[in-house]
Amino acid sequence: MRLNKIILSFVSALVILFSTSVASFAKVVGDKIILGAAISLTGKYSSNGVHTQNGYNMAVDRINSMGGVKVGGKTYKFDIIYYDDESNPKRAAQLAERLISQDGVEFMLGPYSSGLTKAIAPVTEKYGVPMVEANGASRSLFTKGYKYLFAVLAPANLYLDVAIETAVELNGGKPVTIAQAFEQDAFSQDVRLGILDAAERTGSKIIIDDKLPKELNDMAATLVKVKQMKPDVLVVSGHTKGALTAIRQIAEMKVDVPMLAMTHCDAAKLSKQHGKNSQYALCASQWHKSLTYKDDFFKDGMTYAADFEKEFGYDPPYQSAESSAALLVFKDAFERANSFDQKKVRDALAATNMQTFYGNIKFAPGGQNVDKPMVLFQVMCDASGKCENKVVAPLKWASAKLIHPIPKWSER
Amino acid sequence: MDFLVFQYPMITLQACLDGILLGVLFALIAYGMALQWGVMNIINIAQGDLVILGGYIAYFMYLYGIHPAWGVIVAPVIMYFVGIAIYKLVINKVVDRDLFISILATFGISILFMQLMNFAFGADVVLANSGYGTTMLFDNNVVLPNSKIFSAFISIVFAICLVIYMKKSKLGRAIRATAQNARAAKILGVDTEKVYAATFGINAALCGVAGALISITFTIHPYMGLPYTIRSFMIVIVAGLGNLPGVAMSGMGLGVFEEFADYILGTEFRIGSVFLLLVLILVYRRFKLSRKREYLK
Repeated sequence: MRLNKIILSFVSALVILFSTSVASFAKVVGDKIILGAAISLTGKYSSNGVHTQNGYNMAVDRINSMGGVKVGGKTYKFDIIYYDDESNPKRAAQLAERLISQDGVEFMLGPYSSGLTKAIAPVTEKYGVPMVEANGASRSLFTKGYKYLFAVLAPANLYLDVAIETAVELNGGKPVTIAQAFEQDAFSQDVRLGILDAAERTGSKIIIDDKLPKELNDMAATLVKVKQMKPDVLVVSGHTKGALTAIRQIAEMKVDVPMLAMTHCDAAKLSKQHGKNSQYALCASQWHKSLTYKDDFFKDGMTYAADFEKEFGYDPPYQSAESSAALLVFKDAFERANSFDQKKVRDALAATNMQTFYGNIKFAPGGQNVDKPMVLFQVMCDASGKCENKVVAPLKWASAKLIHPIPKWSER
Repeated sequence: MDFLVFQYPMITLQACLDGILLGVLFALIAYGMALQWGVMNIINIAQGDLVILGGYIAYFMYLYGIHPAWGVIVAPVIMYFVGIAIYKLVINKVVDRDLFISILATFGISILFMQLMNFAFGADVVLANSGYGTTMLFDNNVVLPNSKIFSAFISIVFAICLVIYMKKSKLGRAIRATAQNARAAKILGVDTEKVYAATFGINAALCGVAGALISITFTIHPYMGLPYTIRSFMIVIVAGLGNLPGVAMSGMGLGVFEEFADYILGTEFRIGSVFLLLVLILVYRRFKLSRKREYLK
């Protein structure tokens, strides 16, 4: 009798252990493929965190409603477990650990920003969990030899070197003088490295090289120098606050510079917040809705933008578009791997070569997407003061002609 | 190191003027801090967050089509009541305790405000456009945005009004009496509880004015408050409590110092140089104090 009791409790203990482990250690539950993501829903990155989440959700709904993912003759649907990383790298790393070891997630989507991706990548790498990320562009992510990290976006050092090359081209192939001001964060410093490379390649000279603090809200000192030294190109990168501060102070101080190139113009809603003062600014972007890339799920950029606006009530920034593209990449990889084995999916991801509405996607050994050039758009305003972003480079996608040099303030 | 600022006299002049205009604004925030520090012995870590909240008031007026300059009237009124509310809820429980408790309490308020503002207004960086244009001096070599001139002017107006109020009004006298000796003031019939609440309210109102001005001249963001707290702390440390001309001078001095540090060391060391200066001043004060003690022995 006593023995029976012991056996019974042993068996029931085993059953409980087994059933809980099945529930929590399965990447695929029923017909669902469960992906994990730590996203900044609060804290300083929360706006872009929400853009990222909306992009992910939009793609999940679209893929699920259009037949899901077919693996081994069976159809699966995507589902995502989200946690809020509070815009904090330490928290993001903890959550990645939790997603993998407690929730049993075997495939991850990236967080928002290079800094947070940097915090998560070592964790996913340690557990051999493939991560497709859409919002970490820092070059240092792709030089660490990570095997399970794949980024659908172009690396940060390519953001603005097109601008330098365009300036040199417009200068008749002769070198130009460059003034630059970059925030001290991983992303902006990578953009700076890209400019240094481009300057060296074209023989151009950097005459002002300022670093901006994280608490940036005044760059008058840099602009006074620009006024005195009159460079051909002014490059600024400091997330949204950099873009907003630069435009406000350039307009207030009437700084005349033939070319002004920046990052984060659309995230900063430049044309809305500054109206005509933002006119002629050149902005680096991963994506623009007018690009003519195509896929079966979202058709093209214009359709994506219209659908996105219908669902979320605003025009999609590129952060949303690239996040949606990450899901398309995962679907494609699962189907080609025809398996949920992490190693096989990782290999399938590495062999990705596809076109999405967001752009072509093909990963270099470091994990960065090498098949999608950056685009430059210019803020252009009509007489009524309504401003729009028009793609001006590369020429293949251009929907308007670059206005160069920027008219002087006295002539505007 | 870059000594461009000394090579061109126009840049030197520009840096000085920028610094002074900025410093006046800092001084206004610092004056509020000095006031409540002197009266209540509370170091308010949430000072910068009150400033940012004031900025959001002006920003929302701008968003609804009202010129943000009206924010300098509306923001202090709203912020006065916010200040009173904070006092009634939290500060009155820590006002008689030691300084450390008040620092912890206001640090908590600061975190709460940051998160609430982030929740309510979003994490986007925003600004209010005044459309004030620019003043060009010396053949366009020195540029002063009118919004900065406006900020400095309004700050001075508010500071003067406050000084007169403190000197002439009944409440002002009560505040000064409480600052000198709270117990004596209480014995002589001053309602110190009311004085404390009003002081905190006035401080919040000053922060409101400064915030409205900052939204016109710079940018605002829920997490941008701390640098303003640090600067005002620094100014008060240099000037001492209850020394208004000192606060104004040390505010402008700090503004000019920051501008020059920006030119010479680079913008990345701007806030860093403020911290460094703070440490140096604290060390110097300690050194002076210890020498005095030795002399007394």
